Amino acid sequence: MAILIDETTKVVVQGMSGRIGKFHAAEMIENDTNVVAGVTPGKGGTTVLDRPVFNTVREAVEATGASASLMFVPPPFAADAMMEAADAGIRTAVCVADGIPAQDMMRVKRFLRRYPRDRKMRLIGPNCAGVISPGKGFMGIMPPHIYAPGRVGIVGRSGTLGYEAASQLQALGIGVSTSVGIGGDPINGSSFRDILELFEHDPDTDAVMMIGEIGGPQEAEAAAYVRDHMTKPVIAYVAGLSAPKGRQMGHAGAIISAFGESAQEKVEMLNAVGISVAPNPSAMGATVADVLARQQAA
Amino acid sequence: MDIHEHQAKEILAGFGVPVPRGGVAYSPEQAGYRARELGGDAWVVKAQIHSGGRGEAGGVKFCNTENEVRKCAAELFGKQLVTKQTGPAGKGVFRLWVEEASDIQQELYLGFVLDRKTERIMIVASAHGGMEIEDLAEKDPDSLRRMIVDPAVGLAEFQARELAFSLGLSGGQVAQMVNVLRACYRAYRDLDAMMVEINPLVIRGAGELVALDAKMSFDTNALYRRPEVSALRDPSQEDPREAMAADNGLAYVGLDGDIGCIINGAGLAMATMDMIKLAGGEPANFLDIGGGAGPDRVCKAFRTVLSDPNVSVILVNIFAGINRCDWIAEGVVQAYREIGLNLPVVVRLAGTNVAEGQEILRASGLPITASDTLAEAADAAVAMRAQPAAA
Repeated sequence: MAILIDETTKVVVQGMSGRIGKFHAAEMIENDTNVVAGVTPGKGGTTVLDRPVFNTVREAVEATGASASLMFVPPPFAADAMMEAADAGIRTAVCVADGIPAQDMMRVKRFLRRYPRDRKMRLIGPNCAGVISPGKGFMGIMPPHIYAPGRVGIVGRSGTLGYEAASQLQALGIGVSTSVGIGGDPINGSSFRDILELFEHDPDTDAVMMIGEIGGPQEAEAAAYVRDHMTKPVIAYVAGLSAPKGRQMGHAGAIISAFGESAQEKVEMLNAVGISVAPNPSAMGATVADVLARQQAA
Repeated sequence: MDIHEHQAKEILAGFGVPVPRGGVAYSPEQAGYRARELGGDAWVVKAQIHSGGRGEAGGVKFCNTENEVRKCAAELFGKQLVTKQTGPAGKGVFRLWVEEASDIQQELYLGFVLDRKTERIMIVASAHGGMEIEDLAEKDPDSLRRMIVDPAVGLAEFQARELAFSLGLSGGQVAQMVNVLRACYRAYRDLDAMMVEINPLVIRGAGELVALDAKMSFDTNALYRRPEVSALRDPSQEDPREAMAADNGLAYVGLDGDIGCIINGAGLAMATMDMIKLAGGEPANFLDIGGGAGPDRVCKAFRTVLSDPNVSVILVNIFAGINRCDWIAEGVVQAYREIGLNLPVVVRLAGTNVAEGQEILRASGLPITASDTLAEAADAAVAMRAQPAAA
């Protein structure tokens, strides 16, 4: 079944007429993703990659029954695109754009709360690589061939560090149920906790690799969730041991500005609730393998 | 993006926050003129640099004559002021703020930040200001008041009133505080700020609240719609390498080590630095070349890293998704040819077009050490650095 996307998920691509949107939509289609339509205001009635293009997300949803959206929309217009998708009834949206103003995301998060639980949109990102359920489909910009299908879930802030984890797992013969990039911004649609909860309830996931980094309270929140609610093993890595305090390391959200936000402090928090933390980024795959072996032995 | 104290005061004053009278000076003579213009017999001369802790570092002087103002100004101009926030290099003083001296009865703390837990603007206040918020949180945590603002409603007057009373204010000062709070909130929201701090907010002799110091920083992602804020950028306060890198689409942060890093993705970059450290080395920098980097951007990344004289070896680690290993490899070869590189280079490529990329490196005949994994690459780079690791 996997989480967020599988072979039955009908996906629209907001911004599919653009160069980047078209390129990635083609990749998605090639990898078995059920892309049903594109949305570009003013391009309604045209066709891209043999799919109809609509002027609004609402029209696309009404015509195709799509439930998911991937957005290739420039940062100044991204918040509006997210709200449009939520209002049109999209249930899962992925936004890859990097550079969205923080106050726009504040507004989007507030906006999403106006919908009742049974039609509320789950937002992944922004500033993320997207979501992939290997062999079933993906929404994002990742290279799909580095993910082997399997039963380990991955959730991380960083795109490329997520690739690193997936390829280490693949080299050890371990496959992935779904990999989710939640993004590197200070305010994102879904937190570690949100995704861990989905993996906990997914019958096709046995264990979860969580890849955190410096800055923000989300790893601590995830640790509390794992302690109180998770039955499946969680393996973690936290990047930024060598990052100085008060300096932003690329990601808008990767900055140590408060107590508990350094890599060391996060590792301690995760260790304290029984999470196996990989000692270095090259050991992410091996640490997962160890935990799975111990689980099988038990 | 940070701005100067005098700019933050001008902005906040525009929103209705009372500030002491003062003026900017770009020379000792102008500083003296400012003092005469302000009148009175006591002035404060404040170095304008993008850093806190200026007072302790000798960047704030109290003067009683116009001559003294000129003398203090002459001492400050051109100085590299080292505070506990600037690092050992300090920041250059090229402008001063000359202000009427204030008769301080009480110092309060007031800050507006983005709270990542609630994903809203949070107000932090204390009746005991004057020290840095970190020290305040450590030494006097009970004095801190926090309040979250709902973005859909904005800061309600009752919230501002509650906060004012909780700080022990009374009478007319409550109304003044409400005004200051609402003005700061509007400035934060309307200008896409990430931080507004008034420390200290003082009660002066006559009982009026005044922002004695002010600090603002802004969301760089929103500058496209805030040209009036962009215009306040002061390149003299930025690290020249970081500024150059940013202009070339690279995220660069200079560090103290000697292993230059060129990596794609912020998370992978931090992880690679961690790996270097575990292997016994020290990274010279954080550098994320971003997505879709062509050979030119790779070449610029090399130039940026090489502008740090401490660099003795370069480690390139690319896990290509929307990047292409062949373009990266072409960039490495181009950098060798154009820059006349004579330092050892370790390259680890993975992901999109990895075989093509490795072939380009091999065919170039250049002395590049190719590694297949992150661990191998870090070990190789540490082994090739000029000086052995300090014990």
